[in-house]
Amino acid sequence: MNFDFSEDQKFLGDQARKYLSEQCTTAEVRKVLNDDGMACHESLWSGIAEMGWLGTAIPEEYGGLGLGMLELCVLAEEIGRALAPVPFSSTVYMLAEALKLGGSEAQKQALLPEIAAGKVIGAYASSEGPGAPDLSALKTTFDGNKLNGTKIPVLDGDIATHALVTAAENGGVSLVLVDLNQAGVKRTVVKTLDPTRSHAELEFTDVAGERIGEAGQAGPLIDKLMDRAAVLVAFEQTGGADRAVEMATDYAKSRYAFGRPIGGYQAIKHKLADGWVKNQVARSNAYYGAWALSTDADELPEAAAAARVAASEAFWFASKENIQTHGGMGFTWEVDCHLFYRRAKLLAVQVGSPKIWKEKLISALENKAAA
Amino acid sequence: MDFNDTPEEAAFRAEARAFLKANLPEKKQAGGRERGEEFLKRAKAWQKTKAQGGFAQITWPKAVGGRGGTPMQQVIWNQEESSFAAPTGPFQIGLGMCIPTVIAFGSDEHKKRYVPKALIGEEIWCQLFSEPAAGSDVAGLKTRAVRDGDDWVINGQKVWTTGAQFSDYGILLTRTDPSVPKHKGLTMFIVNMKDPGVEVRPIHQASGGREFNEVYFTDVRIPDSDRLGEVGAGWKVALVTLMNERLAVGGSPGPDYDEIMKFGTEMGLMSDQAFREKLADWYIQAQGYKLTKFRTQTALSRGDTPGPENSIGKILTANQLQDICNSGIELQDHYGLINDEELAPMKAIFQSSFMWAPGLRIAGGTDEILKNIIAERVLGLPQDVRVDKDIAFDQMKSG
Repeated sequence: MNFDFSEDQKFLGDQARKYLSEQCTTAEVRKVLNDDGMACHESLWSGIAEMGWLGTAIPEEYGGLGLGMLELCVLAEEIGRALAPVPFSSTVYMLAEALKLGGSEAQKQALLPEIAAGKVIGAYASSEGPGAPDLSALKTTFDGNKLNGTKIPVLDGDIATHALVTAAENGGVSLVLVDLNQAGVKRTVVKTLDPTRSHAELEFTDVAGERIGEAGQAGPLIDKLMDRAAVLVAFEQTGGADRAVEMATDYAKSRYAFGRPIGGYQAIKHKLADGWVKNQVARSNAYYGAWALSTDADELPEAAAAARVAASEAFWFASKENIQTHGGMGFTWEVDCHLFYRRAKLLAVQVGSPKIWKEKLISALENKAAA
Repeated sequence: MDFNDTPEEAAFRAEARAFLKANLPEKKQAGGRERGEEFLKRAKAWQKTKAQGGFAQITWPKAVGGRGGTPMQQVIWNQEESSFAAPTGPFQIGLGMCIPTVIAFGSDEHKKRYVPKALIGEEIWCQLFSEPAAGSDVAGLKTRAVRDGDDWVINGQKVWTTGAQFSDYGILLTRTDPSVPKHKGLTMFIVNMKDPGVEVRPIHQASGGREFNEVYFTDVRIPDSDRLGEVGAGWKVALVTLMNERLAVGGSPGPDYDEIMKFGTEMGLMSDQAFREKLADWYIQAQGYKLTKFRTQTALSRGDTPGPENSIGKILTANQLQDICNSGIELQDHYGLINDEELAPMKAIFQSSFMWAPGLRIAGGTDEILKNIIAERVLGLPQDVRVDKDIAFDQMKSG
């Protein structure tokens, strides 16, 4: 039994934590929060690129480090823990992984080295309005050359250089790679609950694009891309959830009420123990997702879904009870609790809400039972 | 990251499996809670076979009859044994908790006299800690031991004693000095359960069964030589017993997500959105428990010792069991009330565990105590207020 990361992988995580604890303090995160003109933390982003993190799981032949998905999971946890205000998930989990999964040789050669070098920022554009997008009935269309339609909200849509856009084509769905720096692309910044990660509305009018995968047949590719992203986001959530419980625990040890630390009262202790238990459930499910991801196992759909739901629940609980444990202080702008609360909600919906993933999980289990 | 045995682990697993195959029938279906004379006889016979094969108490040193193996080997043995129809149960408390305490604190004579017979299943042990007024706060117990010459005279009552009705010996935590604070006036003894002053009365449980007992002590004389640890050091001795309990507490037998999914499928409920969402939650909890155990086993496999983190297991499984049973019954509507195995679906697994589940959330540490353990020993939060900490026991309020 070896259900853990290796020493090397843990070392990578430790190094990343150290780096982010210096370069990505909550004061740095707040710069992005407080400044509407700041869509992401640019110096942190270039630092991350210099460290090679963007190319962690990109093969060496395409300019990456050629490490595996487990290494990427370890980094994702640290990114989540630090609430890093950078377009890491959009660029790495979505764009780079989509290219690795379904890109042509030319597409990979053109973009993967640029991603690894930090010169390309990705975005995944699927949502068209309230509710999960129905991939069989998208309003955005692609005719093989031109893309038309509107996507809202698109995470990192205002700073991305390239977008992956889901679009209707031939009665099916296509995944279209679009260079956003061209006429016909209109970007409008959208206000969201988590201003530390920017969002935009993207309008496409006769925009040039090229498919990743086959025309109208991108459904399975998108499913797989989402399964893989779900595991990685689950690591971000697990990292954030752990830190929220630690933050609440630290506060409960030092905040006095009725003559003793509030962490000595069972109402607080048990709440924090519940948070710790949820975080373990999330972590264990995330590890299973990591295993399935790194071995490309048949179990990936259910492993990814379970990781996703458990981590969403854990971060939600940890972030809301962190505010509660802090009492009135936790409801002030100056105390960091709300940063976790905001990020927890972003991560819970950014690659499909828990409700969607619960459904995917049960479908996967049914398929397995029927097989 | 993988789920494979190391070559050494694989070799041990093969050896264990071969031994089990040669000595036991394979399990046909999930076993219920067996009991009775016949079962006890089979259990004793199996324990003897196991001990002779060198598979009883794998982690114990060879000097006391163990295998001198690793915790991981014990885990592997348990996994393998559980897929056979092995009558275990009656020895769990004795070998898991009592005898390790005897080994840690007993004299050479004790070890010679008691350990081998417990190991081969000839003698069964029980643990006598809890009392009517001392459950979660077990150090508040009142059973008195009074010194009289070379003996101690015991009077009092224990409760929730598993297996007392068929036990030969027990480890007994008593109060020897009520004039000092509660933790300081306790002393541990070995007691002969066949002593005429020991009376075992089965408890009629809320579930209807009678597996646990009350044990009454009336002027029972225990020689001072059967004391474990120093006079007044009983709490220290008890902590060793309880630490071993934490290693023993595992999953809860009963229906899990796969059973209720099977049932839901039979009932045509798989198109019910609410049921599907609950099923997803149950799957995630079940996986959370199983995979957390894998993480623990990985740590064991690397030579770590299990810590207070293991309290998570029973919190997850006992609550999940109760929740699944509740839903399993409600899905059957009014018919769900029927707990007759002949009539109720799936041999009434939901109904029978429904009545056990409340007990599982209490036995071996209540949810609340386990959460305290996590909060205090894992998260490092302050201990609860203990207003009785420095007060002489006989000055304390109790009820």
